[in-house]
Amino acid sequence: MRRQLPLAICFVMGISMVVQFFIPHRVSQEFYRTILDWYRIVFAFSLVLGTGTLIKVHWAKISKKSKGWQYSIITIGGLVFMLTVGFITGIQEGTLFMKVFEFVEVPLEATMFSLLAFYIASAAYRAFRARTVEATLLLIAAVVLMLGRIPFGYYLWHKIPGIAEWILTNPNMAAKRGIVIGVGLGMISTALKIILGIERSYIGGGK
Amino acid sequence: MNLEKLMRIDRRLIFLLIALAVIFPLLFPIGLPTHLSKPVQDTFNAVDSIPPDGPPLMLSIDYDPAAMPELYPMTLAILRHCFSRNIRVLILTLHRAGPGIGEMATTRIAKEYGKKEGEDYVYLGFKPGFGAVILRMGEDIHGAFLTDYYNRPIGEIPMMREIHNYDDIPLVICLSAAAIPELWMMYAGSRYHQTIAAGVTAVSAADYYPFLQTDQLVGLIGGLKGASEYEKLVNELEERLGVDKKRKESLSKEEYEKLQVSHSKASAGMDSQSIAHLVIIAFIVIGNVAYFAQRRKKR
Repeated sequence: MRRQLPLAICFVMGISMVVQFFIPHRVSQEFYRTILDWYRIVFAFSLVLGTGTLIKVHWAKISKKSKGWQYSIITIGGLVFMLTVGFITGIQEGTLFMKVFEFVEVPLEATMFSLLAFYIASAAYRAFRARTVEATLLLIAAVVLMLGRIPFGYYLWHKIPGIAEWILTNPNMAAKRGIVIGVGLGMISTALKIILGIERSYIGGGK
Repeated sequence: MNLEKLMRIDRRLIFLLIALAVIFPLLFPIGLPTHLSKPVQDTFNAVDSIPPDGPPLMLSIDYDPAAMPELYPMTLAILRHCFSRNIRVLILTLHRAGPGIGEMATTRIAKEYGKKEGEDYVYLGFKPGFGAVILRMGEDIHGAFLTDYYNRPIGEIPMMREIHNYDDIPLVICLSAAAIPELWMMYAGSRYHQTIAAGVTAVSAADYYPFLQTDQLVGLIGGLKGASEYEKLVNELEERLGVDKKRKESLSKEEYEKLQVSHSKASAGMDSQSIAHLVIIAFIVIGNVAYFAQRRKKR
């Protein structure tokens, strides 16, 4: 029963939504709206579940004094602090909540992301070697695109931005479109397998 | 120079040069000119075609602070474009880290242009559920968002009385560092025939070119370069409309100069990006020269 019930719910709901799409009747539309509201409520609960898991994991780390447990205190402390400040001061511009967001979270996240530039530079120097024809093509495309995305490229040769745009709108687009169509077909087949109960890994322990 | 050394430049040196390439142009701006690309011009035209005080532009701020250096200047430029032409804006976010960014951008630009919340713009805030929220808004925005960011019931907001679903929205712009524009295209675009444009980070811009060709996207702003192009178009528009002249007359010289700096954030960042790109290209060339010289030597 523990396996059959979720599979039955999945089958009924999957088929209902497919059928509903082709029925423009008022009842069908109302059913669709209700399901969308349910979906959003379930999704909101996933955020609650995520927060709960975060607290549970870090609390366990603190209790056991696992490696790096001090960071867990900061994580839970930050969570409680922002929650409290948000409830007390509100979340509008000018409040303490927004100040912490602007002057702590924004610079921290931007710093983490900006580290990528350093790694990209180092990786480009080490990996972009014209060892084969394919690697050479990749290298040329990368250099042209890098030049095409900056004003210097235009001054070097006024046609470079145009060539960069051509790379994006032709070879890149052809490859990307193939991938997108492949992914789309994969999504349809996976959805069908889930609705029909062939793919059961989402309920755990499936084949 | 020893080829071995050239092949194995210490990465700390690379990091140092990249840091200098980024920092110096920020401290001493070069002021490199911006050249317009078609996808950005198309986005600008799509926004510009919305009639003043008519149906609003929907701006979905679907990114977190990590993507702010690229996407925040776009957000500001689009809001400035709308407010300088009296186009109303409906702002929301589907990303859990987006509400703060939306509040910062909206409040500041609205204040600068003297726009009223609830009449000239509405900030709906965050709703979890990505695709489900997009689909629900296609049926009824009032059902998807019961209150706005400030907890005011949607039905009580004057601007929202005329807005019910995508039929009342001429254009949606999704600003995202992830695949959220694809959700907008799949759900709002395919099911409700909504016109959509996107603003994305440079690294993901290449992914969206197929959708430009199929008109699933009417425009695309890619990375900091796209933001600087949009910024340039808005600055030119404000000059044409006399907004800039009025601002110059009403503000002190210091205040005006401060605003000018904030209105050229993306363009200033392009100086750093340009030098950093050149440094990376130089390293790629050095690496390859050393590689080929060493290979020839081995033969």
